[in-house]
Amino acid sequence: MAEAALSRSSATELTADRKLPDQPWARSARVEALSRLDTLGLPHRRDEYWKFTRPDTLIQMPAPSAAVFHNDEKPLFDDMDRLRIVFVDGVFDENASDDLTLEGVKIERLATAQSDLHWAKDLYGKLEAAGQTPVPRTLAAFNTAYAEDGLLIHVTDKVSKPISLIYTHESDSSDAILHHCIKLDAGTELTVLENGPAAARFNKVMEVDIGDGAAFHHVRAQGRDHERRAVTHMFARLSAESVFKSFTMTVNGKLTRNECVIELTGDDATAHVAGVCVGDGDFHHDDTVFVTHDAVGCESRQVFKKVLRNGAVGVFQGKILVKNGAQKTDGYQISQSLLLDEDSQFLAKPELEIYADDVACSHGSTSGAIDEDALFYLRARGIPQNEATNLLTLAFLAEAVEEVQSDVLKEELTSRLDAWLARHRD
Amino acid sequence: MLSIKNLSVKLQEEDKQILKGVDLEVEAGKVHAIMGPNGSGKSTLSYVLSGKAGYEVTDGSATLEGVDLLGMEPEERAAAGLFLAFQYPVEIPGVGNMTFLRTAVNAQRKARGEEEMSAADFLKVIRAKAKDLKIDAEMLKRPVNMGFSGGEKKRNEILQMAMLEPKMCILDETDSGLDVDAMKLVAEGVNALRSEGRGFLVITHYQRLLDHIKPDVVHIMSDGRIVKTGGPELALEVEHNGYADILAEVA
Ligand SMILES: Nc1ncnc2c1ncn2[C@@H]1O[C@H](COP(=O)(O)OP(=O)(O)O)[C@@H](O)[C@H]1O
Ligand SMILES: [Mg+2]
Repeated sequence: MAEAALSRSSATELTADRKLPDQPWARSARVEALSRLDTLGLPHRRDEYWKFTRPDTLIQMPAPSAAVFHNDEKPLFDDMDRLRIVFVDGVFDENASDDLTLEGVKIERLATAQSDLHWAKDLYGKLEAAGQTPVPRTLAAFNTAYAEDGLLIHVTDKVSKPISLIYTHESDSSDAILHHCIKLDAGTELTVLENGPAAARFNKVMEVDIGDGAAFHHVRAQGRDHERRAVTHMFARLSAESVFKSFTMTVNGKLTRNECVIELTGDDATAHVAGVCVGDGDFHHDDTVFVTHDAVGCESRQVFKKVLRNGAVGVFQGKILVKNGAQKTDGYQISQSLLLDEDSQFLAKPELEIYADDVACSHGSTSGAIDEDALFYLRARGIPQNEATNLLTLAFLAEAVEEVQSDVLKEELTSRLDAWLARHRD
Repeated sequence: MLSIKNLSVKLQEEDKQILKGVDLEVEAGKVHAIMGPNGSGKSTLSYVLSGKAGYEVTDGSATLEGVDLLGMEPEERAAAGLFLAFQYPVEIPGVGNMTFLRTAVNAQRKARGEEEMSAADFLKVIRAKAKDLKIDAEMLKRPVNMGFSGGEKKRNEILQMAMLEPKMCILDETDSGLDVDAMKLVAEGVNALRSEGRGFLVITHYQRLLDHIKPDVVHIMSDGRIVKTGGPELALEVEHNGYADILAEVA
């Protein structure tokens, strides 16, 4: 089967001239991923799961170009004590990065990890493979097959400072693929930050395996470049009493599809996924979330807020699946969008599928304009219309930003959103 | 100070005339009261003066110290010194009361070309004023009017008025929904602001607020017009005889 899969070009130009990276320990994972890709095919605009977002430009070769956007804004997280790891258009930049050494964690690069006994063998492509049912996510399988670099992070203790992945974009035509694996041993803690526009087109997978009682925090800012495209997948598996918290802020970008696939497999685990996006004009942002409760007493929250104007489009597809036996599940999902004009659009498909009888799940989805009464109230107190609109917009986003644990980060993210609002006045 | 001449207003969406030629002159340092039955157009008058959308001025004018109000944006009217204490204060989730007030104070200062108030000064001033109105620190931190009782909302309106120090204050049924103690607090807040240079227009349905805020002039409004004007005794007449007698008399 391996050779058959390797010799076949899987129905698309995307894989046509690529070779599987030669790495013994990851070889079978790559070959299997390629076979999944062959069997399931790449996303198609007629696929139900791609009803609201056209995958064409995520697949076509070469990648559509994206101009590098320059502004004088200071990079996010700049003042934080963190371990910096820089990728320029998806290529590791050793000079710009810190040494990959940090107490409580072992960090290696996918490109250079060679041992056949590598721990990542049990993780690389595994959560991605599990995430292909019930709906295929084959751009992630493609990533597993061909990713040449990324980070393999093994957490063995509580790590004192965040690992900060910085994705710089310098080439208009870059087409980057990165695959990260993160394994947290029982009782450990890690925060991962990600920021930057990454590439003209970016395909990223992150697989996170969280041991008993461990905690993983993730804060990501996808931003800046107006023409960039990205498809990202986060696959997380949670063991007993573990915690997963992920927050994403997206500012600008022509097309972004962020999928988050979470499996709660140990009792009393907690998973929160939140996101805010602000889009203006030629902006399409898709959050697709799939949370599976497969253990007792777990809590999950999905909080997504979008601010859209000048024809921007927001998509939310979110599902909570509660398996038979996953009693005492507490599941919450809210997706809301604020449409600042009539040209913008929000498309939502919230779903609950429950096979246990003792659960509390709720979900809601709304889309609306600025509250005119609130706006008038603020203006009647002397706050100019623009400023009042921004105040109400930030207030709308606040419920999602509140999901970020750190006050410092919360403030920094809020000030970025504020700056974005100020830049986009008519 | 506030000069309203033949103000005529209809709804924008409907062919419904609500104000049918209101004439009113509030002098600096004076308190005028407007009383009138429900639906007579009192709130509409306050909204049109402060610039709420949805109304169309078909005739007449309104000026504040000689400056045309009707051509200005709501925020410009506020910066010019007009203040409306809302009959129904709006709840704004996610915007802290304190942030809101500081933004408002500084926006007005900026619009007038004055220096902004520092965070420290602002805190000092608001703490003192909040204390007078029995508004605690926790209420200041909460989102604007969220989870406030009816009385707390009205006290919060008066706090805003005290912080913004407007020239012309319009109070729309600030007494509705207040118990006697809350009404006294509100009245004290208003009375503390009474001064030579400031005018008040107190809209109320009942006379009882006027026991605490003594008006200089009382107007009766009915069906979009001021139908009678008199001294404080006019309010007492309403209290004893109701509106019917007065309206019958002017009809
Ligand atoms: N936005 C509106 N839409 C429909 N009717 C309105 C609106 N605003 C005011 N009205 C009508 O105008 C009249 C006056 O209302 P209002 O000014 O609230 O009176 P008051 O404050 O004296 O009770 C009422 O008949 C009311 O129903
Ligand atoms: Mg009224």
